[in-house]
Amino acid sequence: MENERQNKGKEEPVIKIRDLYKSFGSNDVLKAVSLDVYKGENVVVLGRSGTGKSVLIKIIAGLLTQDSGSVCVLGEDVSKLGEKDLLELRLKIGFSFQNSALYDSMTVRENLEFPLVRNKKHLRRKEIDASVEKVLTAVGLAQTINQMPSELSGGQRKRIGIARTLILNPEIMLYDEPTAGLDPITCIEINNLINRVKESFNTSSIIITHDLTCAKATGDRVAMLLEGTFAKEGTFDEVFDSEDDRIKSFYNYNFIK
Amino acid sequence: MSVKQGREFIVSKGFDSFFIDLNSAVKFNLRFFKELFLPPYEGREIIKQCYEIGWKSLPLISLTGFITGLVFTKQSRPSLAEFGATSWLPSLVAIAIIKALAPLVTALIAAGKVGSNIGAEIGSMRVTEQIDAMEVSAVNPFKFLVVSRVIATTVMIPILMCYTGCVAMLGSYINVHTNEMTSFVAFFEQAFSKISFLDIFSSLTKAVVYGYTIGIVGCYQGYNASQGTEGVGKAANASVVVSMFLIFVEEILIVQITNSIRG
Repeated sequence: MENERQNKGKEEPVIKIRDLYKSFGSNDVLKAVSLDVYKGENVVVLGRSGTGKSVLIKIIAGLLTQDSGSVCVLGEDVSKLGEKDLLELRLKIGFSFQNSALYDSMTVRENLEFPLVRNKKHLRRKEIDASVEKVLTAVGLAQTINQMPSELSGGQRKRIGIARTLILNPEIMLYDEPTAGLDPITCIEINNLINRVKESFNTSSIIITHDLTCAKATGDRVAMLLEGTFAKEGTFDEVFDSEDDRIKSFYNYNFIK
Repeated sequence: MSVKQGREFIVSKGFDSFFIDLNSAVKFNLRFFKELFLPPYEGREIIKQCYEIGWKSLPLISLTGFITGLVFTKQSRPSLAEFGATSWLPSLVAIAIIKALAPLVTALIAAGKVGSNIGAEIGSMRVTEQIDAMEVSAVNPFKFLVVSRVIATTVMIPILMCYTGCVAMLGSYINVHTNEMTSFVAFFEQAFSKISFLDIFSSLTKAVVYGYTIGIVGCYQGYNASQGTEGVGKAANASVVVSMFLIFVEEILIVQITNSIRG
């Protein structure tokens, strides 16, 4: 682990966040947040609801802008990018939303084709169909291709949401509460899928969650966000081997000792 | 400068937010015209929206137009009969329908049906993060959702207005024919004898302006919907109310301009 960290210390992180501040009105959500994510690494950001976890990844994807501080993704400062450059950067970022955000009026096939046909116009029909089949097979839902999102279960919607991001072959995956609202078995399936995506698509990921099972199963590294700042960072065991009462209570609440 | 709940306002919260909203609405309109001419062009989405807005409004528009023409003729007859001027009915009805009723009835029906639909659809996409999902997929949601819908309403409302006018005149003809046994050709010859090119041009201009208003207001309200299902309801409601208000303001302005041109 120590060697691994030293190696990572030499390479440039794919996501570099420095002194990030974000507030909504008088509510300071993020306060001096700094984080590095390295290539091929799954970093879990843990924290209670309303602590700014989702805000953090929305800033990374350029959906929100920070009050101060910097966010560099693949060497590009997100807040300084023009519209065109931001669109290009977003092609390298996959974002899995908490409620999947599938387009209600489109079938699963149309949902998956949507980003592809608009961003890779040179592709032929055969290539588009092949890409759709590939990502659907990767998430294990090839049979749902002609179904509407309303006909899918919560777990299936999550997996189709992940498939839609994978179709553009992103280098970075951002997962917003991937296991929220799912039963324990489906949670395990989603955790396994996140790990498979990392291996098969060679992605670096930030996983936002308050689910410790998900954090333990998917995270190479865990960062604990408390009161707008990272209270502790390390492996799962390192983070929860803590004397901080706030971290202890978070652990106890999840695992009910 | 007054201070309320720790926030500073220039005059009052309501006054300030009105101008903030106005500024945001103006920017939204300017963005529409900027994006209108820039690629990519969402041709398929525009055709789909034209179908949704035009074709699916036909039953309601047909019924309303027919009843408007029929009832207007029926109500006008006693007044004209007092002066023995029932032969003027076709001209009177044509002037009323073509110059005022067809554009206004079409616009008000469309504001209720199409405007609320656009506000609710885009609003629900906003609150369920579907618009954010488009953005992170490197797709321009403004181009795909807003530009296509505003073009569709701007194109389809004038077509629907022409259709409403035809159906209303047909309703009027049925009433006149039943009472006065006027022939089809004689009815329409007399009806259009008092209609000028400026009347038709003015009505088409109104319909284009109303179409744009219904589309842009619905999209603006939906695009800026706040979080939650309550926000979707408010967006749908505001789409109808604001569209109708603007349609009446535009009606007054266009009538004034047309009359000043006519001299």
